Amino acid sequence: MTTYDEAPPEVAQEAMAVPSAVGASVPVFQPRSRYGKHRVRNLIPPIITFVVFIGIWYLYSWSRFDGAAQRRNALPYPHEVITDGFLPLWDESSGLQPILGYMWPTVKVTLIGLSISIVLGVAIAVVMNQSKGMERALFPYAVLLQTVPILAITPLLTQLFGDEMGVRLVVVVLIAIFPVITNTLFGLQSTDRLHHDLFTLSSVSRSTRLRKLELPSAMPAMMAGIRIASGGAVIGAIVADFFFNQGEKGIGYYIRNRQQRAANRPEMFAGTITASMFGVVMFLIVGAITARAIRNWHESAAPRT
Amino acid sequence: MIFMFSARGGRERTSRFSEDMMTDTNTSAVGEGAPATVGDRRLRFERLSMVFPDGTHALDDVSFSVGAGEFVTVVGPSGCGKSTLLRIASGLTERTGGECDVDRDSIGYVFQDATLLPWRTVRKNVELNAELHGIPKGERSRLATAAIELVNLTGHEDKFPKQLSGGMRMRCSLARSLVLNPKVFLFDEPFGALDEITRERLNDELLSLFRSERFAALFITHSIAEAVFLSTRVLVMSARPGRIIGDYAIPFGPDRPHEIRFDAAFAEICGRISNDLKDAHA
Repeated sequence: MTTYDEAPPEVAQEAMAVPSAVGASVPVFQPRSRYGKHRVRNLIPPIITFVVFIGIWYLYSWSRFDGAAQRRNALPYPHEVITDGFLPLWDESSGLQPILGYMWPTVKVTLIGLSISIVLGVAIAVVMNQSKGMERALFPYAVLLQTVPILAITPLLTQLFGDEMGVRLVVVVLIAIFPVITNTLFGLQSTDRLHHDLFTLSSVSRSTRLRKLELPSAMPAMMAGIRIASGGAVIGAIVADFFFNQGEKGIGYYIRNRQQRAANRPEMFAGTITASMFGVVMFLIVGAITARAIRNWHESAAPRT
Repeated sequence: MIFMFSARGGRERTSRFSEDMMTDTNTSAVGEGAPATVGDRRLRFERLSMVFPDGTHALDDVSFSVGAGEFVTVVGPSGCGKSTLLRIASGLTERTGGECDVDRDSIGYVFQDATLLPWRTVRKNVELNAELHGIPKGERSRLATAAIELVNLTGHEDKFPKQLSGGMRMRCSLARSLVLNPKVFLFDEPFGALDEITRERLNDELLSLFRSERFAALFITHSIAEAVFLSTRVLVMSARPGRIIGDYAIPFGPDRPHEIRFDAAFAEICGRISNDLKDAHA
């Protein structure tokens, strides 16, 4: 029994960590090669990782659990996740269609929450950058945002914001805003001192300095923050489903629901994998936007030779 | 006479300096060589001193002036306050004593580093100062094109700084300062990071720019040869607190061929300045 209880969260956790784990090996910033074979060569390492991972999954599942039923409850084989989780592709009650149906609210919450985090986070960083006093006044509370255990304050959040869309956004913003604030602030404060002198010589206004110097120069750090935040936002949107029951239910609800009955476990895995893939997609999209925005000038986006 | 200036804000125009300073005699006649007085005085230091808040005494009783068509170079040991001189002239640092007269609206400052904004193309970088001074788009584009041509960067307008060599970056930085056609140019050791050949080529180019534009130049460098080659006058500064301990009028005309560097007279002046510098270190 204990094995049954332990296995799913462990796997879920692993799957949630996938955005960063897979993302790290996905060649986001690899050179745009003119030669197709280089692109193929770039794909080989992550594919090997994937094959090894699936192999370990099979091995663990086969060696750890006796009998098909027990295995299916605890850690079904990968192919079972496909046949019993993702298939049928188009059926209202099981398979991929309900998964995508539950994904949509999660996508919405993630995107809206991330947008709020970016706008608010950059604004707060800009305010902090205005003076040391402002930074001292606000920074401890930004840190507090990060350190307060979201799970522990969910009852409080329910009281304050209800348990619908609004509170889900609050959870996403609580998780996603901190990396945006700290990275943007770091970027703003890393502006070259000589560049500042250059602008001082032209007696520019504070806002011109911000628009034409500090924000562009903070861009790479800011985008790095947004990339971290995008992963956090996905996790926040899913976690919120575990605690708030009203409003549009997302993929978190589906995962939780399919965990309850042993027969539905493959579907739970399918849901978890889909949610993780969404995290990966978010990571890739933000990475692509970053590369596009800074590829001409920043070292991080330079072709590697 | 005293120029009030806050680190970030208000500039004040002064037009008085040309009238009442024309009659000044140069007060810094330390060492040998008669300072050449050419055109109107555009930059003047009078008993300038600088003590930083941490107690560092950077400059002490520095007086000299630079007129139109004069190229004055200050050489001295590291950390002797040479750069502070430029920062005070441009208003980036506020002096603690003495006077500094200059029209701050007409300063071109070339930094140690090219200080190009990496996210802007060459053209957009060259346009920057004009843009920050509110010059309309069409006009600043015209000015930039001219400045880019002046520094021989035509054809590289759409490149980003990281695609340029060190010498090209410095040229771009020069062009950025040239756009506003400043009357006073401050150079803070601009070619220090370049290799010898690039440096000499840029020296040649800067000299021909100086010949055609006739600005007043205050140049900081560690290289004696560079100083003698470019300047109409070379000042030697002592170790901290910086004082002027040598003053050399350079007897070469405005047309200086590249080969003048190997002339006996050239070497002789370099030798004398070098001796002064040895004393400065001591």
